Amino acid sequence: MLLRFASSPPPDRAEKFRSALEALGGKVAIVNTPGEAGAYVESALAGRRAIASQAPILEACGIDSLPSVTTEHSRQACAAADASITSAEYALAETGTLVVSAGLRDSRMVSLLPPCHIAVIERSKILENLDEFLDVCRQPAAQSSAVVLITGPSRTADIEMRLVRGVHGPGEIHVVIVNNVTAAPSYASEET
Amino acid sequence: MAEPYQHKIANALGDPKLQLAIYSATGRLADGRRRTVSTEAFPDYQELRQHAHEIKKHTLNHLDFYLQELERNVEARGGRVIWARDGQEARAFIRNLARERATNLIVKSKSMTTEEIHLNEHLAQDGIEAVETDLGEYILQLAGEKPFHIIAPALHKTREDIAHLFERRLHAAHETTPERLTAIARAALREKFLEAGIGITGANFLVADSGIVVLVENEGNARLSCSAPRIHVAVSGIEKVIPRAQDLGVFLNLLGRSATGQPLSVYTSFLSGPRREGELDGPEEFYLVLLDNGRTKVLADAEKRQSLYCIRCGACLNNCPVYRKIGGYSYPWVYSGPIGKILTPQFMGVHQDPWLPFASSLCGACAEVCPVKIEIPKILLALRAEITEAGIQKGGMLEKLAFRMWAWLMRHPRIYERVAPVAAAAASRLPRAGPLKAWLSQRDLPPLARRSFRQLWRERRK
Repeated sequence: MLLRFASSPPPDRAEKFRSALEALGGKVAIVNTPGEAGAYVESALAGRRAIASQAPILEACGIDSLPSVTTEHSRQACAAADASITSAEYALAETGTLVVSAGLRDSRMVSLLPPCHIAVIERSKILENLDEFLDVCRQPAAQSSAVVLITGPSRTADIEMRLVRGVHGPGEIHVVIVNNVTAAPSYASEET
Repeated sequence: MAEPYQHKIANALGDPKLQLAIYSATGRLADGRRRTVSTEAFPDYQELRQHAHEIKKHTLNHLDFYLQELERNVEARGGRVIWARDGQEARAFIRNLARERATNLIVKSKSMTTEEIHLNEHLAQDGIEAVETDLGEYILQLAGEKPFHIIAPALHKTREDIAHLFERRLHAAHETTPERLTAIARAALREKFLEAGIGITGANFLVADSGIVVLVENEGNARLSCSAPRIHVAVSGIEKVIPRAQDLGVFLNLLGRSATGQPLSVYTSFLSGPRREGELDGPEEFYLVLLDNGRTKVLADAEKRQSLYCIRCGACLNNCPVYRKIGGYSYPWVYSGPIGKILTPQFMGVHQDPWLPFASSLCGACAEVCPVKIEIPKILLALRAEITEAGIQKGGMLEKLAFRMWAWLMRHPRIYERVAPVAAAAASRLPRAGPLKAWLSQRDLPPLARRSFRQLWRERRK
């Protein structure tokens, strides 16, 4: 079998991910601490109605005041929101891809129905590419009934081959990469 | 060639707006492919094509084994597999399911396989509304038309066409920007997604070792179709199975690049069965309809079996000099372009449209861009031989005579040299009638060089 994932060391992967996703029209922020991630999310939301998944990293980032997707009514809640905030199982640097899967904490709809999707991930979750993902996750069916690779904003070119973003899925995607999730708050930030 | 097709082809050739639309759309798709499979961008491309070919070959040679493995694994995840011999059986299952679950609204994501069995039309006759949700397919459904291209189904529609269509069918305001038109469709379809009782999708790949249905798309409508309604039905040809989840890397690396020039399409979903215990949402019931509809007939022919390797990327259409002139509506079946030319006679029988395999210049561009290396020209030749041997389509007497004379002349170079210039001069003065008229309607007679290659050769050797 042909596997092609030798390439970049982890620090470069975040940059590689950034340039791949930004080329597709997504936005990427690389931050050092969960606090900074929380601040980025807040400014990206700019007061829009948002809904969050129950991923632990979101709590660490202080994103816990939002209604989360828990109930049988997840569909209506997601359909009514302007934005959603989730994490991802992995990210793929080469293509700017997020890997999400339906489960206890994430619904299928949360990253799909709202027009804006924001994902917060730990830098260590970035893999090189699809081949590495299929090597790490040898049996995608084992973990969830729906594992989805998301590569950029929803798009179509069905009208005169003109690119339009945000057809059925989110037209706006932000990914916040957190360098160090467990970092204690730095003194510098407390002094100010 | 049958009369209606001559007419359709003449119409396509005589419509400059359509010619431009086909040329620019297929040109852009072909450029995208070329960029992303170039040696610099993707050094492993040729090796992966060979891998893909070998995997498909192996799987189809052991199709019974892998289909049964697939069935076991789908059922182990709580899904059900329905074996449908033909369109009638597949449609009956879906109709009965809709009746039993008391739903008359179905959302559908793009699937050539369901086009093949005219699913929407039949469901409509039973009072069940099946709404296409891919933007291009939605436009075509509102217009009452069929896909013009495997992956860019509405490439022949202008924004003005679509604006009028939305005004007339959706009572929408007159909007002509693609962005606004897309927003209108999004809003109309969002309601359908949230109301529908059943979601129907196709399948890009089926994975035997894990019971996974893989869906590849850019819009998000396939994700919605398989997740929003209470029931998900995937309809797939039996040839879509691959052995292992590990093999997906090979095909996913090829599909997006070959189709639209994307290293990965926006959404790639790995779906296995219904929603599980503890999952927050997802369908409660999951069915996989495995459709034969003539595929086992193709499988029976060891040489032409490779026609079933096709992953429906559309690259052969975008690179075909014939498709790029005559467009998707000049072909007799839902599959157009080079792949349609080999699939149609094998599925429908060579008697139905015997002209089809002959309508090719055999230039080989299709085989060169095929991500799974189907030898399309070779299969076209085999089909031609079958048709000729069965006496279904005889070349005209005149054509036969002309080729016999040509062959004789080519074997007698001295005579050829004398006769050729005279014959060419005479040909240019021949009345433009009969077969010559048809031939010259879209091309010029090539001018004959004043001195032949042989003459030049002799002069240089002096």
